[in-house]
Amino acid sequence: MRPSILIDISFRALRAKRSRTFLTMLGIIIGIASVIIIMSAGAGAQSLIVNQIKSIGTNFITVFPGKSEDKGPPSSVLGLITTSLKDADITALLNKNNVPHGIAVTGYNRGVGTITWRDQQIDGTFVGVNSYFPEVEDSQVAEGRFFTEDENASLARVVVLGYQTKQDLFADQEAVGQVIKIKKSAFTVIGVNPKEGVKGFQNVDSLVYIPAKTAQKILLGTNYYSQIRVKVDDEANIDETILDTQLTLREDHRITNPIDDDFTVRSQKDSLDILLAVTNALKFFLAAIAAISLIVGGVGIMNIMLVAVNERTREIGLRKAVGAKNGNIMSQFLIESVIITLVGGIIGIVIGVVFSTLIAFVARALSYNWDLVISPFAIILATSISIVVGLVFGLYPASRASKLNPIEALRYE
Amino acid sequence: MADLLIKLVNVGKQYESGESGTVALNDINLDIKPGEFVSIMGPSGSGKSTLMHIMGFLDKPSSGQYFYKDQDVSNFDDDKLAGIRNTEVGFVFQAFNLLQRTNVYDNVKLPLVYANKKLDKDKVEMAIKRVGLFHRINNLSNQLSGGEKQRVAIARALVNDPSIIFADEPTGNLDSKSGKQIMEILQDLNAAGKTIILVTHEQETAEHAQRIIKIRDGQIVSDEQVKERHFARQEDGLRK
Repeated sequence: MRPSILIDISFRALRAKRSRTFLTMLGIIIGIASVIIIMSAGAGAQSLIVNQIKSIGTNFITVFPGKSEDKGPPSSVLGLITTSLKDADITALLNKNNVPHGIAVTGYNRGVGTITWRDQQIDGTFVGVNSYFPEVEDSQVAEGRFFTEDENASLARVVVLGYQTKQDLFADQEAVGQVIKIKKSAFTVIGVNPKEGVKGFQNVDSLVYIPAKTAQKILLGTNYYSQIRVKVDDEANIDETILDTQLTLREDHRITNPIDDDFTVRSQKDSLDILLAVTNALKFFLAAIAAISLIVGGVGIMNIMLVAVNERTREIGLRKAVGAKNGNIMSQFLIESVIITLVGGIIGIVIGVVFSTLIAFVARALSYNWDLVISPFAIILATSISIVVGLVFGLYPASRASKLNPIEALRYE
Repeated sequence: MADLLIKLVNVGKQYESGESGTVALNDINLDIKPGEFVSIMGPSGSGKSTLMHIMGFLDKPSSGQYFYKDQDVSNFDDDKLAGIRNTEVGFVFQAFNLLQRTNVYDNVKLPLVYANKKLDKDKVEMAIKRVGLFHRINNLSNQLSGGEKQRVAIARALVNDPSIIFADEPTGNLDSKSGKQIMEILQDLNAAGKTIILVTHEQETAEHAQRIIKIRDGQIVSDEQVKERHFARQEDGLRK
């Protein structure tokens, strides 16, 4: 007996009970759609996070003060202040003999304070960096210029404004050349950054950049950095540069045993890996919860198929009387339940894709950097799950049908 | 062809329900030759349906042997029996048992669906023509009258060109005019060489056959040739 005939029989039977078939399908539709939506929304949210990290570039490494576990957060994240990163480290890292693939190095320190220009006043964040900063973070000023290493060394009171800060203080007026006050110290505006938005989880437009040493000596009263970034000439050299950086800093800090490290070197890739591991776990956990609804849908199918077997007892009896083998009857009912789940699965995929697209559309309309990710894997998975659900939950009713005694079945009223 | 189409030797059937087990058939010995038209009569519960089910491969004997065309089929498994049902026999039931919301063509086609052959459209159409329903070939089963339904059932029984047609109270749900039509078709088929086994409890219907086997309490009580056979076509003619 040809499969096409079996499929035809099954379709006829399902069409005869249209609304019941649809309601049974609904469980699978909802289950598959939610799996797709959650997988896609999860991947979208993941892209949001990953894009944040990628937005500040991936070909640099970051040195955090203090030691940390291999894959754990740097100790600075835990609120500990470690003062191990100094000017000498930056000088050592800039030396090509120490770090051959390092092309630019800057330290960072930061503070908050009131920034004023004439009668305009805002609470702002200032970041102290050196003249290599534009190269490290791939950012070029939109107006004026960035400060030089001489200005940094001589504690020059110059500032480069983030786009938003410039707007808040000067609105449409020319800012370069004006003098503003940061924590009551006067600084000359020498440049303005372009609008860059959120980079690395912070809105860089609301920052102001001043020479790191000026920040240390005049505004912060410290002599250490909260982190150092080393730009690498090529992503392929990142691992080597991490090693070079560690060796340089150990020598600089007179550390002989790596266990005694008072710093942590991380690449952007490390950060990405950690974040991806966490977000993947979340994504699959949520998808697993959604998949539970598929089991509920499957139970619904089993229930309806059992009802159908009961209702069609005489039909089964007749089919057997005219020569249907047990296997024919079994296949017929199995195919029916698989058709329900497969068609339901396809409808679910379509709905899932439509909703995922809507979510991405809304997120982008709200200016999140959200990728629409509908992985073929999720679709293949959803399709196979729906077939498996149909087979598993159709098996019991189908075997009941196939084992019916034709005489009993024909007599059944 | 074998001399005997059906040979039952000491066939018995017990149902294992309760402690004692019900005896449905007891020591049945029966020969049926090809081309015979046999009626099986008996009150309800006599075992006549069980006998038909065993002869029609719908049920297996609990004891004794069943030779069909000289082959012992007593111990055939479900699938083998399904295969014989498909090719060797056709059934006509009291309740018609047509597929609902399905047209005449598809109903008649059904046995061919389960045959391991390519579907032959001509066979289906010929079977429908044979019962005079070609003009209703695309009608759904629920649009037919009782008599027409039973004729569709006969066409379905015929479509695979079986050796035997089993008719279980085929006129039981029909008015006398439609009933006569059915008997006429069965007699025509018999005249054309088909073996017909008719199960009924009505003496008059039974007398359309050549031979009447009477059953009571699971045993054959009489097995006689019909002396004055009814012919459905003649009666029809006389009435006119």
